[in-house]
Amino acid sequence: MTQQNQTVLTTCPYCGVGCGMQVSVPSKSAPADALADYQVQLIGDKQHPANLGRLCVKGSSAGETVNFEGRMLAPQINGQEVDWSTALNEVASRFQKVIAEHGPQSVAFYVSGQLLTEDYYVANKLIKGFLGSANIDTNSRLCMASAVVGYKRAFGADSVPCSYEDLEQAELITLVGSNAAWAHPIVYQRIAAAKKANPNMKVVVVDPRKTATCDIADLHLPLKPGTDAVLFNGLLAYLANNQAVDQSFIEQHTEGFGEALAIARQLQGDLSSVAAQCDLQQEELAQFYQWVMRTEKMVTLYSQGVNQSSSGVDKSNAIINCHLATATLGKPGCGPFSITGQPNAMGGREVGGLANQLAAHMDFSKPENIDRVARFWQAQNMAQSEGLKAVDMFKAVADGRIKAIWIMNTNPVVSMPDADAVRRALQLCDTVVVSDCMQHTDTTDVGDILLPALTWGETTGSVTNSDRTISIQRQFMQGPKNARADWWMICEVAKRMGYQQAFDYANTAQIFNEHAQLSAFENGMAEDEQLRDFNLSALIDMSESEYRALKPIQWPVIERDAHNKPIGSKRLFSDAQFFTANRKAQFIAIKPQAPLSVVSDSFPFVLNTGRIRDQWHTMTRTAKTARLMAHRDQPYLSMHPDDAERLGCEQGGLVKASNDLGKFIGRVDISDGQRKGEVFAPMHWTAQYASDARVDALVAANVDALSGQPESKHAVVKIEPFVSRWQALIFSRTELDMQGLKKALLKKQQLSNQKLSTQTTDFYWVKVKGRGFYRYELSCDQALAYQLADWQSILTTEQQSDCSWLEYEDNSQQQSRLACVQNGAVEQLIFVCAQQPTTGSNQLFAGINRDWLAGLFELSDLSDSERRCLLAGKQSGAKDVGKIVCSCFGVGINTIVEAIQSEKLLSAEDIGAALKAGTNCGSCLPELKEILTQAVELVD
Amino acid sequence: MKQKLIVIGSGMVGARFIERLLDEAPEQFDIRVFNKEPNGGYNRIMLSPVLAGEKVLPDIMTHDHDWFEKRDIHLHSSTTIVAVDKINKTVTTDLGANYSYDKLVIATGSSPFILPVPGKDLPGVVAFRDIRDVELMINSSLQNKKAVVIGGGLLGLEAANGLLKRGMDVTVVHRGDVLMNMQMDAISGSLLQESLTKQGMRFAMNAETVEIVGEDQVEAVKMADGRVLKTDLVVMAVGIRPNATIGEKIGLDVNRGILVNDQLQTSEQNIYALGECVEHRGMLYGLVAPLYEQAQVLAEHLAGSESVYQGSFISTKLKVTGISLFSAGDFNDSEESESLVFKDLQQNIYRKIVLKDNRIQGVVMFGDVTGSNWIFDNLVAQNDMTAYRDTLIFGDGFAPSTEQKNKQKERVA
Repeated sequence: MTQQNQTVLTTCPYCGVGCGMQVSVPSKSAPADALADYQVQLIGDKQHPANLGRLCVKGSSAGETVNFEGRMLAPQINGQEVDWSTALNEVASRFQKVIAEHGPQSVAFYVSGQLLTEDYYVANKLIKGFLGSANIDTNSRLCMASAVVGYKRAFGADSVPCSYEDLEQAELITLVGSNAAWAHPIVYQRIAAAKKANPNMKVVVVDPRKTATCDIADLHLPLKPGTDAVLFNGLLAYLANNQAVDQSFIEQHTEGFGEALAIARQLQGDLSSVAAQCDLQQEELAQFYQWVMRTEKMVTLYSQGVNQSSSGVDKSNAIINCHLATATLGKPGCGPFSITGQPNAMGGREVGGLANQLAAHMDFSKPENIDRVARFWQAQNMAQSEGLKAVDMFKAVADGRIKAIWIMNTNPVVSMPDADAVRRALQLCDTVVVSDCMQHTDTTDVGDILLPALTWGETTGSVTNSDRTISIQRQFMQGPKNARADWWMICEVAKRMGYQQAFDYANTAQIFNEHAQLSAFENGMAEDEQLRDFNLSALIDMSESEYRALKPIQWPVIERDAHNKPIGSKRLFSDAQFFTANRKAQFIAIKPQAPLSVVSDSFPFVLNTGRIRDQWHTMTRTAKTARLMAHRDQPYLSMHPDDAERLGCEQGGLVKASNDLGKFIGRVDISDGQRKGEVFAPMHWTAQYASDARVDALVAANVDALSGQPESKHAVVKIEPFVSRWQALIFSRTELDMQGLKKALLKKQQLSNQKLSTQTTDFYWVKVKGRGFYRYELSCDQALAYQLADWQSILTTEQQSDCSWLEYEDNSQQQSRLACVQNGAVEQLIFVCAQQPTTGSNQLFAGINRDWLAGLFELSDLSDSERRCLLAGKQSGAKDVGKIVCSCFGVGINTIVEAIQSEKLLSAEDIGAALKAGTNCGSCLPELKEILTQAVELVD
Repeated sequence: MKQKLIVIGSGMVGARFIERLLDEAPEQFDIRVFNKEPNGGYNRIMLSPVLAGEKVLPDIMTHDHDWFEKRDIHLHSSTTIVAVDKINKTVTTDLGANYSYDKLVIATGSSPFILPVPGKDLPGVVAFRDIRDVELMINSSLQNKKAVVIGGGLLGLEAANGLLKRGMDVTVVHRGDVLMNMQMDAISGSLLQESLTKQGMRFAMNAETVEIVGEDQVEAVKMADGRVLKTDLVVMAVGIRPNATIGEKIGLDVNRGILVNDQLQTSEQNIYALGECVEHRGMLYGLVAPLYEQAQVLAEHLAGSESVYQGSFISTKLKVTGISLFSAGDFNDSEESESLVFKDLQQNIYRKIVLKDNRIQGVVMFGDVTGSNWIFDNLVAQNDMTAYRDTLIFGDGFAPSTEQKNKQKERVA
């Protein structure tokens, strides 16, 4: 059977860089059912302006994540599968009932930067225009809400002025609070390549941690966490003091410079004072300031290190102030460039998916905006004021003000600050609707109504990346037969609530068209209309096929060329005209604020959180492929070597971080890239993959007063080595129920009359996906008593009933190992070791060759020697001696033949002299003679 | 002038001793050998394969008359020594001839132990010791159907296997509940029984034979609990007894066997003894490996070297096709010992090592004896196995775990 491959251009599902991809799929590739090993080939799209053909490791592996393993396959109400109609009716009637009884403010949507713009648009339209509430917020709140407010304060609109091209044209790039090398690898690679091409280009990294991004930095400023505004206020004062500001630009196009400078001079006017406040070397600080002063073209690229702060908005404005003062924006190679975390955070901003936005970059600040949108939508019940931002929204869920919430494609039980409180709130809420592509997430696990969503590759819609480029994510395969697009579910619920006409779309092209129309609606056309930055007027009325074929384009898109092709906008503010009432940009006077959580004797460490290179968000997609688990396979806590030594933490051992809100257990990662007294933990791990690694459970719900963005980069904790009394390493072809396993083991312990309180017991586990298996590592601070048979009964499932078990026991060392083999293939391997209390050492299983064991799961039939070595945990280096001929000395036929040939042996006596074979009982002498005859023939 | 050496017995050990002596001191002795069997030397261990039809007599001949002749050794076949004159240093044969010696070596071996039960002398009752026994069993298998082997030890099982292969219906009658209970523990013993049962062998366990029934010929075996097994052939394989009679006759010190020191010297200066007929440091050996060690030590001693025999660790294997087992040392748990146990019961594999202070005390393996010789060498050498402990049960070929740990540490660093 020959299958022609079909090529589809699409956009990467991961970060805000928004890379283009070329996906190659078999033309008849419609997997109607779950195919666990279904994969598609993909490469970078050379034509896409974001990546020009490059892809990072996550993007490159995306084709390995499209199988249906773990997918949600049917709508469910309270755990019972139902048909779509029942599920949608239930959602509609519950929301209607709650609104009828408690008013529109009692419902909420919590949506996501993973949604496509069209999904986002209808969600926003439904709740703000028809349910009468602005209680819609998005996980982008956690990511770039502060950047939005920063831009709005400075420019009068949420306008990212830059283009990725500016990275290549800049002479100085300052990355602030951005580990682009891991979080935005293609942006990083573009900078690295540009720096190589232009040796004069300088790269400065401003980050408390020495991250991988520092590899290309000419200067790393490891500032004290939270002092970014100090640094940039100091820069503003320095520039002014050295007459390095653009006076004419400031006078003609800005307002507020005097106040901003005055406060900067007052608080940060002195270099040595800034160095002290930021805990930096004065020489390094001076170096940075001098480079800025001498450089005409500079880009400041900032990300979560700036945004995730209780004063993130101020930090962005401190940065923007410096660009306004030097007129380094709106020009090639210049600009304050916020880079977003999510594939469609920008799309969400455009449609108004934030509680404090309305739609199409309009907000609630002006009644005419509300009126305009209401008229455009023919809204029956228009929200009149801002809704609750994420943190407040879940607080309202917790205290019962919100009685029904619909969570779309995001995982707040993991990603929200004070995440345990969010979980408790959702557990208590009457109606939690979760639409997701995965059956088991920490959030679907607390959902009442679950709706199976299509995901990347299964639907078509648009996304906007960090530099305003709108690209289409295109369908290239069929999703599970019962999964549906998000826009469809939202519209179906809307129709069932009586809004048939407003939500009657045949496809995403029609939704996009309405979105484009709204962007252009009363947008600066008439004299008295204020101009808005977001405008897609030249994309209105595209046919469905034009929409599907739309090439990447940067908004605003207002004009068309001679061939009637829409023209995008590379950068904003080239004319220095801003979107404020008087078209002038605003300096903001910044008084730097310290982070709200403060270290104390009880909680002496600052905990920073962030991304790692190969995982994405809460791992629902990236943890599906072994390739991406190879880089960092377990949650970890990075700490300075001195701290590790003082605490008695060893590399690879377990460590516990905790505070009043929650606890985190992970592996120790000793790194001199950490500042002393500060630790870092990745934010990806969920309760699906590890016992105690939802690091946001430790982050206090402190937010920026202006943006509502939480301070996820600054929690305070205490750190203790995890004292392990018992450890296990498990490989399993099938997924195991860790909660059940843990319960069974602890229950067994209680039955055996050991004093054990589950309240105080720490039981660490982590799940790591491998090729064809899952690996689990377990550790407990109590010595667990159990028998091998207990493990067998806990782990034996029905399909394994005909399996055979291999057992190993070293009783006095309390070491046990088990292997389950079925039809000649390995199903499970369990290595258990109880021990004297140690600090969570990982050395116990150091002799086990995980790679070799992993390889065995790809074999359908183990050889005798592989089977024998299963529980040794590694391959024997002993040669295969072959069938034993001389039993007395254990000499095998392979050894004998080899010796005959290599040493030219001629008689049984020769063999005896060489190998001792036949020299004891002599029983094998006749055989030796026979082997001699045959081997000599072979040689001849 | 050459010294006169007389060797009584040219079984496996006697012949091996002479071989070693000729190597160590080719010209030193004028050797005379007396053998009560008619053949030259043959490999007694190989009687099992001969019985099983896997080999024939010429295959197992090791020292025929030619061999002795070529080496100028006087071989007296079918000749028994009836008296020794220690003072004049002469021996007297059953034919009345006298020969003088400077050194005398006794290698008379052992005899099968015959249960003292009624009927033990009936035709059809046979031991499993020499060529004649094997020939008798083979003949019997050609005419008869049923056989009973008394004794579920090594020799008994090999005999039973041979008869089974010869087409007989064989039942092994064993006193205890564990086969080869000297070499196997309960688990390996039951695996062994299971494997042999699969091959067609029957078992009467926990059965004490009280009588062999028959008039002119064996008809049945009767057991203490009243069970009666009809049979045409009874093989007695309940153990061996050292042939130490000659020692007693001469007046040497004899306990269970002829007592020898670390040079295999008896209580008489010029008389030596080795093999199954001796008792050394309280131990009797019935397996070939330690006896060959004795032969080597004695050869060296007589050649004038300083050589010491300090006793042997012994290991056991069973010569039954399709069955691998291995056993050595003390594999029973005690309070001071620690044990490593591996089981793959679906494959009938069981391995156990007993350690004391991380030194191997004993090992028992069934179904998979890979690496057993390496483990045995370490048992004999009493090496400290701490570094190997994690993988010890799986045999050789694994780098010591400490080495691995160091590697791991380096990688992390």
